[in-house]
Amino acid sequence: MPAAPMTNEQRGSKFELDPGKAPRRDIVTDIIVQPLHTISLLVRNKPGVLCRVAMVFARRGYNLESLVVSPALWNAGDGTAPGEYSRMTITCSGDPDALEQIIKQLEKLIDVVHAIDHTGQAVIECEVALLKIKVGLKERTEVLQIAENFKAKVVDFGAASVILRCSGETEKLDVFIGLLKPFGIIELVRSGKILMARGLDET
Amino acid sequence: MLQKTTSGGDKVIQCLEREGVEVIYGYSGGAAMPIFDALVDSKIKFVLVRHEQGATHMADGYARATGKPGVVLVTSGPGATNCVTGLLTALMDSVPMIVLTGQTITSMLGKDAFQEADVTGITYPVVKHSYLVKNAADIPRVMKEAFYIATTGRPGPVLIDLPKDITQGPCTAPFVDTVSLPGYEIPGRADAALVKKAAALLMKSKKPVLYVGHGSVISGAGKAIMQLAEKLNAPIVNTLLGKGACPEDHPLNQGMLGMHGTAYANRTVQHCDLIMAIGARWDDRITGKLSEFCKDAVKIHIDIDVAEFNKIVRPDVSLAADAKLAIEDILPLVSKLDTTDWLKDIAGWRKQYPLKYAKKGGLRAQYVLDRLDKLGGRDCIITTDVGQHQMWAAQFCRTTKNRHWLSSGGAGTMGFGFPAAIGAAMATGIPSWCVVGDGGFQMTLCELATAALQKVPVKILIINNSYLGMIRQWQELFFDNRLSGADLEGNPDFIKLAAAYGVPGKRVTRAGDVDKAIKWAMAYNEGPCMIEAEVVKEDNVFPMIPAGAPLSGMIIEKPKAKMEKPTGST
Repeated sequence: MPAAPMTNEQRGSKFELDPGKAPRRDIVTDIIVQPLHTISLLVRNKPGVLCRVAMVFARRGYNLESLVVSPALWNAGDGTAPGEYSRMTITCSGDPDALEQIIKQLEKLIDVVHAIDHTGQAVIECEVALLKIKVGLKERTEVLQIAENFKAKVVDFGAASVILRCSGETEKLDVFIGLLKPFGIIELVRSGKILMARGLDET
Repeated sequence: MLQKTTSGGDKVIQCLEREGVEVIYGYSGGAAMPIFDALVDSKIKFVLVRHEQGATHMADGYARATGKPGVVLVTSGPGATNCVTGLLTALMDSVPMIVLTGQTITSMLGKDAFQEADVTGITYPVVKHSYLVKNAADIPRVMKEAFYIATTGRPGPVLIDLPKDITQGPCTAPFVDTVSLPGYEIPGRADAALVKKAAALLMKSKKPVLYVGHGSVISGAGKAIMQLAEKLNAPIVNTLLGKGACPEDHPLNQGMLGMHGTAYANRTVQHCDLIMAIGARWDDRITGKLSEFCKDAVKIHIDIDVAEFNKIVRPDVSLAADAKLAIEDILPLVSKLDTTDWLKDIAGWRKQYPLKYAKKGGLRAQYVLDRLDKLGGRDCIITTDVGQHQMWAAQFCRTTKNRHWLSSGGAGTMGFGFPAAIGAAMATGIPSWCVVGDGGFQMTLCELATAALQKVPVKILIINNSYLGMIRQWQELFFDNRLSGADLEGNPDFIKLAAAYGVPGKRVTRAGDVDKAIKWAMAYNEGPCMIEAEVVKEDNVFPMIPAGAPLSGMIIEKPKAKMEKPTGST
C-alpha cells in the first residue's frame, strides 16, 4: 500500500533537528567537528541518482562524512522488482537551517522516494571498521585484550600485523580506534554508518 | 509490401505527437539525424533556429505564453551545451520544457567520441529531471514521464539524451499512458486546518497585502486572487514575473515590488501587518535586507514546492498547494475587512511617490514605454531582455492579462527577450513586443533570420543607450562612476542590420516621433519589424533599493551623498 501523502505539518515536524548535540572532537583527525546528522534516503536505483544526491550537498559546499549505498526492499506499490530501489545512509554536519533545505531539495529529486533525517530519533545504528595494526610480539597481548573487550574479531593474523574487525555504534568505534592509536594503526577502513528507525517508524 | 519498421527516432516523434506537440525549435546535427529523419513524415512543425540558445528561449516563450511545454531538439556535444543557459532560465522561472539532445552511440559513451559531451552530467543542476536512454524499449515510458514531470507540480525543464543507435535502431515498445513515479508527489489542495488558520489570520489583519508571484500566473489564480482582494479590500503587489496574474490597472494593484518596484508597492509591503505570498519565493530582489523584511508582519506562504517554505522566510502558515486551489479554499472562509485607513495610507504613497521621469534632455526610455502602454501595449504580449529597459518596461507597461508578460527573472538571462517573443508570437498569434536593450539583443540577434523566415508578428523595440545601462548605473551610484565593461561602443546600425534580414525598421530619436513609430509597428503584421529608440545615454532606474538594503533604504532619485557598495547577493 502506498503511504498516504504527508501533510505540510508532518513534513515540518520531520525537520525539527536535535539542537542538543554538541560539537565533538574527532578521534582520528583530532579536529572539532559539528554534530552529525544522519539522513536516510530511499531512492529509485537509476543511473545518476547518486550524482544528483551528491550535487545537492556539493552546491552548498557541504562535505559528506559518510555515505552507504545498498540495495533496498520497499513494499510500497506492488511488484517491486529486485534492484529497483536503493538505500542511502548519509552522515554529514551542518547547521539545521541548511540541512532542512538540503533534505527538502533531496525530497524534490524525482528519483528520491523519501529523505528522512533521523537525528535525535530512536534508531538502531551500526558501523563496521577494519583496522590494520602494526604489532610485534610484545604488544600483541595488550592489543588483543582491547579487541576482546570491544568484541572485535581478529580477521588476519600476521607476524608483524593484525587486522581487527569491530562493529557497533559510531561512538564505540571512535573509542576503540582511539585506544589502538598508540600501537600504530597502518590502515583504517570504516564502512560508514547505517541505521534503522526503531519500532514501526519508517527509515 | 514490406512495412517500414518503427525506429527509435520515429517513436520519439510519435510520442511528441501523442503529447500534442505542435512545434519543435532546434538545430540539426549528426547524432540527432535519425530523429530529424523521423520529423520528415510528421505533422509537427520544425523551426530551424540560428543558435541552440535561441531554440531554448523560443520554446520557453512558447511555454510561458501558453502553459504548454516547449520542445527543443538539438544534437550532441556543442549543440547540447548551447542549451544550458536556456535550461537554467527555464528552471529558475519554473517553465515547462522538453529538451531532446542527440548523443553518440551507446558503445562510444565516455570514449571522447566526435561531438560527445556528458550532457546529462553537465545539466544535472539545471534540469527538473533528465534521462539518458540506453534502451529503445524505454522511449515511450521516458517520453511520457518527461512530459508529466515537466508540466506538473512546479513546472521545469526535462532533458532527454538520446544516443544515435537507440534512435536509429528499431523500437517495438508500445505507447504508455500512465506514469509510476513513487518519489514524485504533487500537492493539490492545501491542508484544511492550515487553510482555516490562514483565513483566521487574514481576518485578524488590519493591513494585509497579497504578494503575487509567477506561481499565480502558472496556476491561473488571478481571478481567484482578485475575488479575495476585493472581498478583503486588500492591496496587491506583484513580482516581476507575477505581472499579469492580476490586472495591474486595478485600483487595488500597486504594481511591482522589489528593487525597482514602485515606491508605493514597497511602502505597502514595508508597513503591512500581514503578507501573503501566492506562488512567490521571497527572492532577494524582493526582500532586500532579510532581517528587516516585514519583521513584525504575519507571513502566509502558498507554494506548490514545499522546499520553498523556510528557505528564505519562516512563514506563520505555509500552504503546500496549487495557488488557485488554495485561494479558492480560503475565499469562503473570509469576509469583508475594514481596511479603509490602510488603503488611504497607500493612496497617500501613490500620490507622494508616483513613477516619474525627466521629460527634458532628450528621448527617455520611460517615455517610449509609457507610450507603448498607452497605444495598445496591453493587448500585446510583451517580452523583455534583462537590464534597465526590463525594469522600465515592468514599471511603465502595465500588464492586464495572464501570460502577457514574459521576462527572465530568476536567471536574468540576457538574450532571452527576442527569441522568447518569437516563441510566444508563434504559439499564440498575438502580436508580441520584445523590449530589448542594445546589449542583450546582440546576444541572440541571429534569430532575426528565424523571425523573418517564420513571418512572426514580433515587434522589436530596442532601447538603445549604447551602454550596458544597469552596469553603468551601479558603477555611477556605487563605484564612483568608474566605468568598467559598460560601454557598448561599436554597436551596429540596427536598422541596416534588420534590413539585411529583410526586416523593416524605424529609428526614433525624438519624443515627437514615438507615437508614429509605435502605431506603424502595431499596424505592420506581415512579419517582424523593428523600432530603435535612441535614448538618453546616462539615465537611471528609480526607485531603487540597493542590493542588501532594507525596503526602507529605497531611494527615489540619485542621492547627493556617495553611496556604499551594495552588500546583497549580486
